[in-house]
Amino acid sequence: MGRRQTYPTKELSRRSFLVLSAVAGGGLVLGLPNLNASADETSAQTPFEAYLRIAPDSSVTVLSAHVEMGQGIFSGIAALVAEELDADITQMHAVGASGNTRLYNNITMGGTMQETQGSSAMSSSFERYRRAGATARAMLVTAAARTWNVAEEEITVDAGVIAHPSGKSASFGELVEAAVRQPVPSDVKLKDPKDWRYIGSEKLRRLDAKAKSSGRQDYTIDIKLPDMLTAVVAHPPLFGAAVKSFDAAAAKRVKGVVDVVEISHGVAVLGQNMWAAIKGREALVVEWNNDKAEKRGSARLLQEYRDLAARPADALAVSRGDADLAMADAATTLEATYEFPFLAHAPMEPLNAIAHRLGDRLDLWGGFQMPDHYQKIAAKTADLPQDAVKLHVTMAGGAFGRRGTPDAQIVVEAIECAKAIGWRVPVKVQWTREDDITAGRYRPMCVHVLKAGLTQEGKVSAWKHRIVGQSILAGTQYEQYVQGGVDPSLTEGAADTPYGIPHFAVEVSNAKVGVPTLWWRAVGHSHNAYVMETMIDELAAAAGSDPIEFRIGLLAERPRHIQVLNLVAEKANWGKTLSAGRFRGVAVHETYGSVVAQVAEIVVDGDGGFRVDRVVCAIDCGLAVAPDQIRAQMEGGIGFGLGATLHSKITLSDGAVDQTNFDTYEVLRLSGMPKVEVHIVPLTSPSTGAGEASVPPIGPAVANALAAATGRRSRVLPLQPLS
Amino acid sequence: MKLLINEASHEFDADPEMPLLWVLRDLLGLTGTKFGCGAAQCGACTVHVDGVAVRACITTASSVEGQAITTIEGLNGKAAEAVQEAWMRLDVPQCGYCQSGQIMSAVALLTENATPGDADIDAAMDGNLCRCNTYHRIRAGIHEAVRIMER
Ligand code: FES
Ligand code: FES
Repeated sequence: MGRRQTYPTKELSRRSFLVLSAVAGGGLVLGLPNLNASADETSAQTPFEAYLRIAPDSSVTVLSAHVEMGQGIFSGIAALVAEELDADITQMHAVGASGNTRLYNNITMGGTMQETQGSSAMSSSFERYRRAGATARAMLVTAAARTWNVAEEEITVDAGVIAHPSGKSASFGELVEAAVRQPVPSDVKLKDPKDWRYIGSEKLRRLDAKAKSSGRQDYTIDIKLPDMLTAVVAHPPLFGAAVKSFDAAAAKRVKGVVDVVEISHGVAVLGQNMWAAIKGREALVVEWNNDKAEKRGSARLLQEYRDLAARPADALAVSRGDADLAMADAATTLEATYEFPFLAHAPMEPLNAIAHRLGDRLDLWGGFQMPDHYQKIAAKTADLPQDAVKLHVTMAGGAFGRRGTPDAQIVVEAIECAKAIGWRVPVKVQWTREDDITAGRYRPMCVHVLKAGLTQEGKVSAWKHRIVGQSILAGTQYEQYVQGGVDPSLTEGAADTPYGIPHFAVEVSNAKVGVPTLWWRAVGHSHNAYVMETMIDELAAAAGSDPIEFRIGLLAERPRHIQVLNLVAEKANWGKTLSAGRFRGVAVHETYGSVVAQVAEIVVDGDGGFRVDRVVCAIDCGLAVAPDQIRAQMEGGIGFGLGATLHSKITLSDGAVDQTNFDTYEVLRLSGMPKVEVHIVPLTSPSTGAGEASVPPIGPAVANALAAATGRRSRVLPLQPLS
Repeated sequence: MKLLINEASHEFDADPEMPLLWVLRDLLGLTGTKFGCGAAQCGACTVHVDGVAVRACITTASSVEGQAITTIEGLNGKAAEAVQEAWMRLDVPQCGYCQSGQIMSAVALLTENATPGDADIDAAMDGNLCRCNTYHRIRAGIHEAVRIMER
């Protein structure tokens, strides 16, 4: 998200530790009031209410600061705890932790919020959860030593069994009650990496594979509370429109419809089940006030963006050297305009949330990427103090950025529905796919204009890049990151290019459009990588150089980029001639600290079509805690990025979204999925995340392969058919 | 209305036009079958009706009276066991939300064709979207299930 900071490891461990000891000590040993920390704070039986809980049957449940939305973070965090606790991995479970900034703040993202984004969950968790595991282990050992009257040093812990050479042994569950009464050690020693059994192991598997292969995994949509009603909301057909009036008579006649209420975001139909609510919404008549609505269509917006790009920019994101002067001196210049559409996230589980108020307590369920922020907004909406709001962060059916909106709309809708019926019963707001596709929060539409110059010797000497798009962060809780009119989420991946270009400038013009935007997996990197990596490829061709050698020549101070490029070249047999009809392209990009290179191979058929047949992917993400999950993220991200590159777009006609469901908002299907081969650079440096880094390079790698096939450059996304 | 689901008879009162998906989920509590699009575009709601994969979101409850309906909860048999074992072995799911539907489609495919080629897999599985894009492992999982069945 363009605001990720890297803390030195020492600083990070100190911070995490202070948090841990304060809570462990405060919550239990000193008997201070409850900290609203755990998934169920009423069961305060264990030493680490905040981060892990050990049950009498020895099962260990980790409270994950980060929502599980498919990326595998529950399994990764459980492995961190198991490692230091010396648990058996089969004892481990994980659940989402509720909103609590102090306990679950995202250290990598600056530490001010609990959030799951920016591919930062592992780096934020690495010290925190290992320390939690080690501290729990130390207290179990102390408990054993006191119970058995032996020296602590003589006790071993292995695969969940605490043992003494005298033959005494116990499970975690047998000792946990005694363990919670032990003093919390002021410091614990973490394992030497050479002794790791789980961290970095190829054998680490997902904890949830079984539940998710049998239909037994519950998501928010599956939660049914007693007497709960399901709400379907009629949202305004134009962004910025508001309810003028509505007629609920026909809707109320639908069998199963219980009530129809107006809320800030539209009119909600509350039904005994989802079908009743859907039919009720169909029967509902709403008149909208479109005075303040956005009424421009895509063609007009595109023209306005192009006009903006032709005028002096609003702000300068970065400038070194003198790009204009160097451009004038260049032997060859290339100029190009790129167009990117709005994109929907379209997670498989349409958005939802449940609100239930009982007395002075409000319970909320949902797969939230920003729990503490949602909690704040919920408290305001319900007119309650923040600690009266209890969050249940559930398993999310995909998110990609969509489950963390600055205004917490889905939660506000649920609360307002429940409030409108006098808090009588719990209400679940469930969006349909049509709501999901048409209700906004898109990756911003962008136009990029770029001019680059080469010297006589084929060196890139000048680069001038102008980006036109909407700011995502302006007007949100992240406003402070917008500086001098530059929203880093619009320029990330361009302004911070790894290429050593002496005269370089990136400028921004901020379009003012009433279409709500949001961070979409890899955010600014998702379009900037396309521009950077296709233009570099064009320049390589203009210089008559091999695309990989050309890149390496510009990456003198970036050994990580060079390493992944060399690795991907070797694994893809880059130098080898391909069979007839087969072409390849390469791209390399750094996203939130992880560097990924990909070689895409396409097969061109007789009638102008092509398919992406194979992608070879190399990643440097620092220490690979769960290698197979990193592979899965690479595969999935490649498919996600490829679908957007080839198929997806949100367009508007007179302000109304043209797409409504997956028939019109097209995404990748199985037949379009290439074979993917992932190679992870073996490293011990701090983990830098894997959830997003494979998305940005796939578009340009495919586009570069297409250019190799046709000699033409594709600069309008999604890519058009060849003929 | 009366439906035969997972070898048990269920009686309930509902609008005959109510899609099977909502009968299963909201009236009978069989929530393994998921809602993804409501328009036969994503496959998340796939169930078997007399062994054939159908989209429960556009199948009215009244149209399947008297037929044998199988959901992910009632799935059994050689192909089902092989697919579910392969899914776990390869860690196919990510968010997992689409996977009931993926598994229902894969089992229907393998029940009909025990040795599908890639083109058969494309044809049988293209209606099942996965926004986590686990397609690479879904394909590998089906091949793995074939090997498991051949054991
Ligand atoms: S929910 Fe039935 S096909 Fe999508
Ligand atoms: S596993 Fe997430 S949608 Fe398929």
